[in-house]
Amino acid sequence: MHPDRFDSWLTVDGKGLYCRPGGFHVDPSSAVDRAVITHGHSDHARPGHTHVLATRETLAVMQTRLGTQAWRGSQAVAYGEALQIGEVTVRLVPAGHVLGSAQVVIEWKGRRVVVSGDYKRSADPTCAPYELVPCQLFITEATFALPVFQHGDAGAEVAKLLKSREQFPERAHVVGVYGLGKCQRVIATLRQAGYSRPIWLHGALIECCALYESFGVALGPLKPATGAKREELKGEIVLAPPSAVDDRWSRRLPDPVTAFASGWMRVRARARQRGVELPLVISDHADWRELVMTIEQTGAEEVWVTHGREDALIYHIHSTGRRGRALALIGLEDEDR
Amino acid sequence: MKAFAELLDRLAYTPSRNDKLRLLGGYFASTPDPDRGFALAALTEGLFFRLPLRRTLSEMVEARIDPVLFGLSRDYVGDTAETIALLWPERGAGAEAPALSEIVQAVQTAAPAVLPSLLAGWLDGLDPTGRFGLLKLLTGALRVGVSARLAKTALAEWSGVPLANIEEIWHGLAPPYGALFAWLSGEGGRPEVGAGPVFRPLMLSHQIEDWELALIEPSAFAAEWKWDGIRVQASSRGGEKRLFSRTGDDISASFPDAVEALPEDVVLDGELLVMRDGEVAPFNDLQQRLNRKSVTAAMLKSHPAHIRLYDMLFESEEDLRPLPFIERRARLEAWHEAATPPRTDISGLLDFSSVAELEHLWAGARATGIEGLMLKRRDSPYIAGRPKGHWYKWKRAPLTLDAVLMYAQRGSGKRSSYYSDYTFGAWREAANGERELVPVGKSYFGFTDAELKELDAFVRNHTVDSFGPVRQVEPKLVFEVAFDSVHRSTRHKSGVAMRFPRIHRIRWDKPAEEADTLATVLAMIVA
Ligand SMILES: [Zn+2]
Ligand SMILES: [Zn+2]
Repeated sequence: MHPDRFDSWLTVDGKGLYCRPGGFHVDPSSAVDRAVITHGHSDHARPGHTHVLATRETLAVMQTRLGTQAWRGSQAVAYGEALQIGEVTVRLVPAGHVLGSAQVVIEWKGRRVVVSGDYKRSADPTCAPYELVPCQLFITEATFALPVFQHGDAGAEVAKLLKSREQFPERAHVVGVYGLGKCQRVIATLRQAGYSRPIWLHGALIECCALYESFGVALGPLKPATGAKREELKGEIVLAPPSAVDDRWSRRLPDPVTAFASGWMRVRARARQRGVELPLVISDHADWRELVMTIEQTGAEEVWVTHGREDALIYHIHSTGRRGRALALIGLEDEDR
Repeated sequence: MKAFAELLDRLAYTPSRNDKLRLLGGYFASTPDPDRGFALAALTEGLFFRLPLRRTLSEMVEARIDPVLFGLSRDYVGDTAETIALLWPERGAGAEAPALSEIVQAVQTAAPAVLPSLLAGWLDGLDPTGRFGLLKLLTGALRVGVSARLAKTALAEWSGVPLANIEEIWHGLAPPYGALFAWLSGEGGRPEVGAGPVFRPLMLSHQIEDWELALIEPSAFAAEWKWDGIRVQASSRGGEKRLFSRTGDDISASFPDAVEALPEDVVLDGELLVMRDGEVAPFNDLQQRLNRKSVTAAMLKSHPAHIRLYDMLFESEEDLRPLPFIERRARLEAWHEAATPPRTDISGLLDFSSVAELEHLWAGARATGIEGLMLKRRDSPYIAGRPKGHWYKWKRAPLTLDAVLMYAQRGSGKRSSYYSDYTFGAWREAANGERELVPVGKSYFGFTDAELKELDAFVRNHTVDSFGPVRQVEPKLVFEVAFDSVHRSTRHKSGVAMRFPRIHRIRWDKPAEEADTLATVLAMIVA
């Protein structure tokens, strides 16, 4: 192991990224002895680890989603708090992705590495904003790593939803959202736009919203859509997991306009494929400009790319004179696409 | 341009006709002149730029975007215009979004050499939706599922002015339709239309019901064949000649032979057909000529157009529409004999003296080119629209086939949670001697909402494979499919294509093995 040769002390084994001098994995794809978890999405937070280190919010999410399977032992750490693990120092700093999401800052013998996890740079009222940490090696996600992905302002997308509601006041508007993060961000953005009516939720979304509220994120009046009368839902906004939107669950709604909030909605073929009537480009991942800007700002001399499309971003990294390579993480499929 | 692009975007994702009407109406109500007029022109193909922008765009992209990144993006997105719209470098604040009218007027007057710099400026001022809309507008491919007819219907619904009144003056108007919008919003009188040919809304018929048939008084009605072509209005006035479809679309460009044959100053109602040696060709032959912006000489020769005349609306400046049908017929016949226009003849009246004789005629209507019978009151004036009690159509009985459900696809919009589009097949003998199903048609209507639920459940419970939104199901369920006709097709694996297939009955009771064979289908083709 040599500190200047990053791949000598940060390796990829069958379970993901492993820090040798610290003796832990970051977001491993299956059960390990010691895991540092960036955030609670299921492609990052898997069940069964012996020991988990994460933010208090992420641990709460894991407990909610995984119950007794979550871990055998856990340790909560506050943003910015430095911990000694084996030979390395570890800090978690906000990633701006979802509640509790963190980047992992690892320091060993004067070298600093940042593992981004999932992140975004745009504003989100439901979580702490991304914090830039200069480093020598930046391990970045690449979910939307093509120049065509440039997510606009979430407020403008929510305005589209509100306009459609005015145009079709007798219909329900059902928005497909992922349960952790997107759901609460859409609600909070609606509230910022002055929408104060109750927002109706599919059963699968209720627990996560309660969790956000317990951490002080105010979401306003929420009501369960399951069991509501069809009449009641006319003109209302209903949130549901994407799988429920285009399945039998949505038949209870009065003539629904189907919307979907996702970064993928920027591309027509993707929106068509889903049969969406109102695509809303709202993403919790960095878009192309944010990826490029963040890499630049970290000052990293080397960048590893993972979690998504690698080719275009690595091409770009090379064109800026940095070293860049794909970190092929095995078995990681993003939940939050 | 921003509001128009947003409208286009919304329309493209909205499958329901009524919802589209609502969106269009909202746009016309909230958008000022002349932008809404140019938008109307773009939607009704009154603006048809078709600019050859491929070269220009690729040069502009090369100067702004890394070619490798562009290539990767293009591969992912699948459409060049969309890719450019998405990754065009944003200028942020400063660049002003152009108005639709500004774009249209500039394109109409600009020299080709300045177009690239104009275009770049517009792209700088727009967001991705705006840029996509702009590129689609300029290349002439809006593809938002709005016909000219639908756009005019939206005008009628928004303004409360009957559609027929709008259609009557439509072809005398030009973009940006200032006078039209003034009239529709109650701020001006009905626009004066010029001396050229205009579309006169057609008189349409009702499907006859059994009880109505019993009431037909033979002496009060005339009968004629309903020919299997497309209903047209041939109009010539002030030296100009036009052919309009039933919905008022100008289809002259697709049928120059029929248009050229028209004499001066007359408005005729008839059926457009392809005729060879005095015989009506199958509808499929006519379809080959439809929707072509230009026709080849070979096509004109092999698929000659012909109009079989039903009625005459104007002779010179005289409006014949208030006259009884039988008088208009007499005028039509006299005029035709004197003018002897080529490529036309008159649809003959059929003799009958009782309802029983009519039924006999109807039952025998199987020959090529006949879709059924028309019954017209002898004293009916020519009334735009579908007035009750005047004209009846009596379509010949549909053909039916017992076919087996093979694939089901998710519907769109309201039906997106249902497997509602069905592909069905007929049996044939495969090369190895075993029986196999081959798809013969596809339909998504004819069943009730309750039946849709049952079909959806059947599909989910009998899926053997799925490909994206399509599920392959066990070959178990038989549909009685009704259709108007069947013809040969090289585009389908079975070699046949059905016209207007619908699910007539669901034969839950019938074993799939007893469904019909491809040979049965082939025998239904009328050469
Ligand atoms: Zn995530
Ligand atoms: Zn992820």
